Amino acid sequence: MSSLFGSRVQRVEDDRLIRGRGAYLDDLGADALAAAFVRSPLAHARITDIDVSRALEVPGLVAIYTHQDLPTRLAEPLPLLIPHPALTHGRTPYALANGEVNHVGEAVVMVVAADRYLAEDAADLVDVSYEPLPAVVGLDAARAAVHLVHDDVPGNRAANAAQEHGDTAAAIASAPHVLELDLEIERSASTPLEGRGVLAQWDEQQRRLVVWTSTQTSTGVRAAVAAKLGLDLTQVDVITPDVGGGFGVKIVHPWPEEVLVPWAAQVLGKPVKFTEDRREHFIASAHERGQQHHVTVGYDDEGRILGLDVRFWHDNGAYVPYGLIVPIVTSTQLLGPYKPAAYRVEFDSLYTNTVLVTPYRGAGRPQGCFVMERTMDAIAAALCLDRTLVRERNFIQPGEMPYDQGLIFQDGRPLIYDSGDYPAMLSKIKDMIGWDKFGSLRDAAAAEGRRIGIGLACYVEGTGVGPYEGGHVMVETSGKVKVATGLTSQGQGHQTMLAQLVADELGVPITDVEVVTGDTRRFGYAVGTFASRTAVMSGSAVTLAARKAKDKALRVAADALEVSPADLEITGGMVQVKGDPDSGISLGTVAVLSNPLRYAFDDAAKAATQFAGGDMSKPPVAPDDEPGIEGRAYFSPVRSTFAGGMHAAIVETDPDTAEVTILRYCVVHDCGKLINPLIVEGQIHGGVAQGVGGALYERIAYDEAGQLVNASFMDFLMPYVSEVPREIEIDHLETPSPLNPLGVKGAGEAGVIPGSAVLAAAVEDAEAIPIRSMPLSPSDLFELRRADR
Amino acid sequence: MSSPDVLHGAELHGEELHEVRLIVNGAARMARVPARRLLSDCIRHDLRLTGTHVGCEHGVCGACTILLDGAPVRSCLLLAVSADGADITTVEGLAEPDGTLSPVQQAFSECHGLQCGFCTPGFLTTITAGLLAVPNPDDEQAREMIGGNLCRCTGYQNILASVHRAAEITRDRASRGAGQEAAATPAGPP
Amino acid sequence: MKPRPLGYARPQSLSAALAALAAPDLETKVLAGGQSLVPLMSLRLAAPDLLVDINRLTELSYVAVADGQVRVGALARHADVLASEAAAAAQPLLRKALRFVAHPAIRNRGTTVGSIVHADPAGEMPSVLALLAGTVVVASTAGQRSIPASEFFLGPLESAVQPGELATEVQFPVLAGRAAGTGFTEVSRRRGDYAVCGVAAMAWLGADGRVGGAKAAYLSVAPSPVVLDLTEAVATRPADAVSFPAAASLVRARLEPDSDIHATAGYRRQLAGVLTERALVEALAQAREAVEA
Repeated sequence: MSSLFGSRVQRVEDDRLIRGRGAYLDDLGADALAAAFVRSPLAHARITDIDVSRALEVPGLVAIYTHQDLPTRLAEPLPLLIPHPALTHGRTPYALANGEVNHVGEAVVMVVAADRYLAEDAADLVDVSYEPLPAVVGLDAARAAVHLVHDDVPGNRAANAAQEHGDTAAAIASAPHVLELDLEIERSASTPLEGRGVLAQWDEQQRRLVVWTSTQTSTGVRAAVAAKLGLDLTQVDVITPDVGGGFGVKIVHPWPEEVLVPWAAQVLGKPVKFTEDRREHFIASAHERGQQHHVTVGYDDEGRILGLDVRFWHDNGAYVPYGLIVPIVTSTQLLGPYKPAAYRVEFDSLYTNTVLVTPYRGAGRPQGCFVMERTMDAIAAALCLDRTLVRERNFIQPGEMPYDQGLIFQDGRPLIYDSGDYPAMLSKIKDMIGWDKFGSLRDAAAAEGRRIGIGLACYVEGTGVGPYEGGHVMVETSGKVKVATGLTSQGQGHQTMLAQLVADELGVPITDVEVVTGDTRRFGYAVGTFASRTAVMSGSAVTLAARKAKDKALRVAADALEVSPADLEITGGMVQVKGDPDSGISLGTVAVLSNPLRYAFDDAAKAATQFAGGDMSKPPVAPDDEPGIEGRAYFSPVRSTFAGGMHAAIVETDPDTAEVTILRYCVVHDCGKLINPLIVEGQIHGGVAQGVGGALYERIAYDEAGQLVNASFMDFLMPYVSEVPREIEIDHLETPSPLNPLGVKGAGEAGVIPGSAVLAAAVEDAEAIPIRSMPLSPSDLFELRRADR
Repeated sequence: MSSPDVLHGAELHGEELHEVRLIVNGAARMARVPARRLLSDCIRHDLRLTGTHVGCEHGVCGACTILLDGAPVRSCLLLAVSADGADITTVEGLAEPDGTLSPVQQAFSECHGLQCGFCTPGFLTTITAGLLAVPNPDDEQAREMIGGNLCRCTGYQNILASVHRAAEITRDRASRGAGQEAAATPAGPP
Repeated sequence: MKPRPLGYARPQSLSAALAALAAPDLETKVLAGGQSLVPLMSLRLAAPDLLVDINRLTELSYVAVADGQVRVGALARHADVLASEAAAAAQPLLRKALRFVAHPAIRNRGTTVGSIVHADPAGEMPSVLALLAGTVVVASTAGQRSIPASEFFLGPLESAVQPGELATEVQFPVLAGRAAGTGFTEVSRRRGDYAVCGVAAMAWLGADGRVGGAKAAYLSVAPSPVVLDLTEAVATRPADAVSFPAAASLVRARLEPDSDIHATAGYRRQLAGVLTERALVEALAQAREAVEA
């Protein structure tokens, strides 16, 4: 049987989904009560009164809850998930607002009714009185701190953190050249097609809670819900249904709804469901990307960076449940494939009266990449050097791997790149885009009155972040192989990828392998899906678990066939002496034999019963053994593994309308070994589309009063097919990771990371106008042209 | 017409109910719903066909697209009562009665045209109608065909490939069918 | 986002529809295509007491050419008008503009009359009506009246249709004279979005084969469609000119667009000028073709 590792296997997930048999959150709980929320219409206000009397008249109303109704644990703020020493002023939301609201959309009152229509009717009739307070909107206002978001957080500063390696100030002071740059990326959002949702059911008899939620972390939600409701972990099951995209926004937990809906289900003794609508998703989930950077860089005549100082301000919205992950990722991943001799980065994470900011695909890397790559381009421009030459001169060389950047990464561990070949990647991308020949293309276009430009951007992405993931593999007596891992899926083809790995390890057809993710009933120890970690973490864990199962199977089969395990192989689900198909017994039979039985439950099972044979001098189950063919394993690497990539683009700008058209978009991508190239390319396509969206179209727009002006798909401009490049050319480079048994690195976020950087570079090249702020609309470009004249 | 599929619970809640009769995927269906019931909710919750998804409820994303009398429309922008009498096709009605995937469905699977699958039913219905109108689309026509549906996962590249592959599969199946007919025809006059 | 409870009537005749709309003390609204109304109801920005669904009035789904007009009935979907060869031949501007209206799934259900009554200054069809100086026929229990385009658009999302009235037909004058042509172009952020700026133009040739005159209507630059007479800026130019800088200047001077999150006023003004030139070139090309034919 040929190996599936590296094959373009069609996805096992698809059949169900294309028949319309997906089971997403809102497809479940047909008879559940429906929850809706009264949400703050103001960005910052004190709640002076809540009058529910009119709402009580609505037919079909079941219950209304405010903060005052909540039991002690639920009445406390939601957890601060990722503490950090620098996060001195961390504030998290209450499940229902407690006297004050800090962003438009914050949940104030929960309504439960017979269906969503009625729940919204009741919510409409709840009268909340507010005393408006000044709203802090945007980084400038947050920094100026004329007004505060939280009274007890001076300067609106949740945290100030700095890292340094080398003596940056000295390096810059003695550098032959110094440049300063101000750069900005504006806020955007994940906006998966399916919003959030949670369904809960409480069994009073069993005293057990079952929760379905559209989440990226089933175990995270379980722990948080159990804590908030005062239940034991074993009293709570969390099941992840089919999820219609996450892109980071669903890693946050527990959302207010995720604890309130289970509580309501308990209190009411009936299943309760909450399905977020699109407007709610915009004003009550999470955003990301908004940062302002000030760069000071000292470099030599060759363009080598001697000292890089980055000072930035991160808009974390009204609360920081996810801690400082995004700005920490920005500050560390900004370095990309380079090795500045000295580097200092300092950031302030600031509160504003806007929706909270938590990771969105890329999780702070797009900002860091934008800053680093614009800086590289600026250095090249100042020295009149080719932009790729300057980069080359700053690369970490393959021979220098593993390379210690001298910083602490988002996993709390040293930022040490394990492998990568940046010079080879650069060579590939230059070839692909035709970097060296572009000059003549540009001239030819100019002769026709057309304006084109070329840009390039490099990034490094720490993936496979810990602490761990686990896998369980079990062979049933039917020969079917059941696999479980605790992290979740949102469309990345995890079931297929993991099935490929198990099918290869065990030697069974992939159609015999069934994978379940994100169900605490099947696997209770897990972290979650984020940071492009699934292939590395669950892939490795499941592989190790499959190996254990295989070893057991070979041992049991060896006993039965009276040969040595080393003489056996498993192919097509048959355990046989190597090269002798007639000798084989099915894996299912081996599973039967592995479990000594008193009772034969079917014909095949008879082979394992007491009078069927076996060594009477030994106990049926050896002291260090277990019944069955199962393997359970965990993978916990010492640190992250570093994927990388380079994108290049050629754009055309319209001299009259300032519209930007992408003529070519090339990607060279290194995620170590590829398990399924079809899936990896799909991830890159999707990431590139989000990168283009973030560069040219998407911007969360708040007005001065903190109202979200574009809280709909009409005005928040996610790309249709017409806005993405006609073709995304992809080439791979494989520098395997030495940190996991598969040699893989993560691939999930890669496509989006350099989007703004590469397109800003290309537009700048076309226009000869510095592009320092993204996204860039045609109107923005027009105004830049005007200002430049 | 048989008795109602659903006696809507809202009857208890002071709203007048209207009888809505639809042909859905070839079967006669009936629901009794308030006037404000969106067709998307009627399909999903009253008729229990949850394959049609709701992504925005303002007509932009296209996830809710169904075929109404053969034409793609946004079911979130229709009231169920207004659709009374219509012939509707949802994603559940695309495969053949024996379960064989339609050409569009098969193409999506072959070309990795879906990731999370949430937008997919809207694309499948849209493309099914699109290929009936334009059976051999060129690149521009394929883009036009899927131009009004949002996907956040795939970046559209493989969805476009699926459109072309679906056209190919349709042609293949047609020619195989024709071939079988030809083979079944008697060889000629005695 | 679910609509508020509402009353619902689905009349089988026009007179029944008018009677329902005239219901005293009730806020009534017409449901035709619903592509604008239903999302407003879902957002609870519109909450009529009684929705009068006219989708059974199939006698109003016509697209006809008669008496020098393209006559579009209240229930004709954008897709029907787009598909009508007769309409395209009689008034080419219709098809040119309709191509830019949203996406096919919206056009399959949305009605052209409905979008005109909706009076969105960013909409294509209101500007087309304004440019062509068309007419809206409005009926009520009190009778029928015809409203010229110049009196129809009162402000953003506000038309001259009064409560209790139903717009039954819109009339677009056919393209008269052999030496005339039309053009339509717009720039939107994404394909199918509302225009950041758009131009519908008509131009005609003089007896000497040079440009005789032109006029244009503008989307998204004012609270309602703006029509500008460009004749003074284009008359006597060669009919195959590739640029019309004087027209662009005139347009930039006359228009006072607003800024919003998608575009600054300055950019809209710039686009208005650029797109005017492009629309004029398109219109004159069609005019020359018609003459040569």
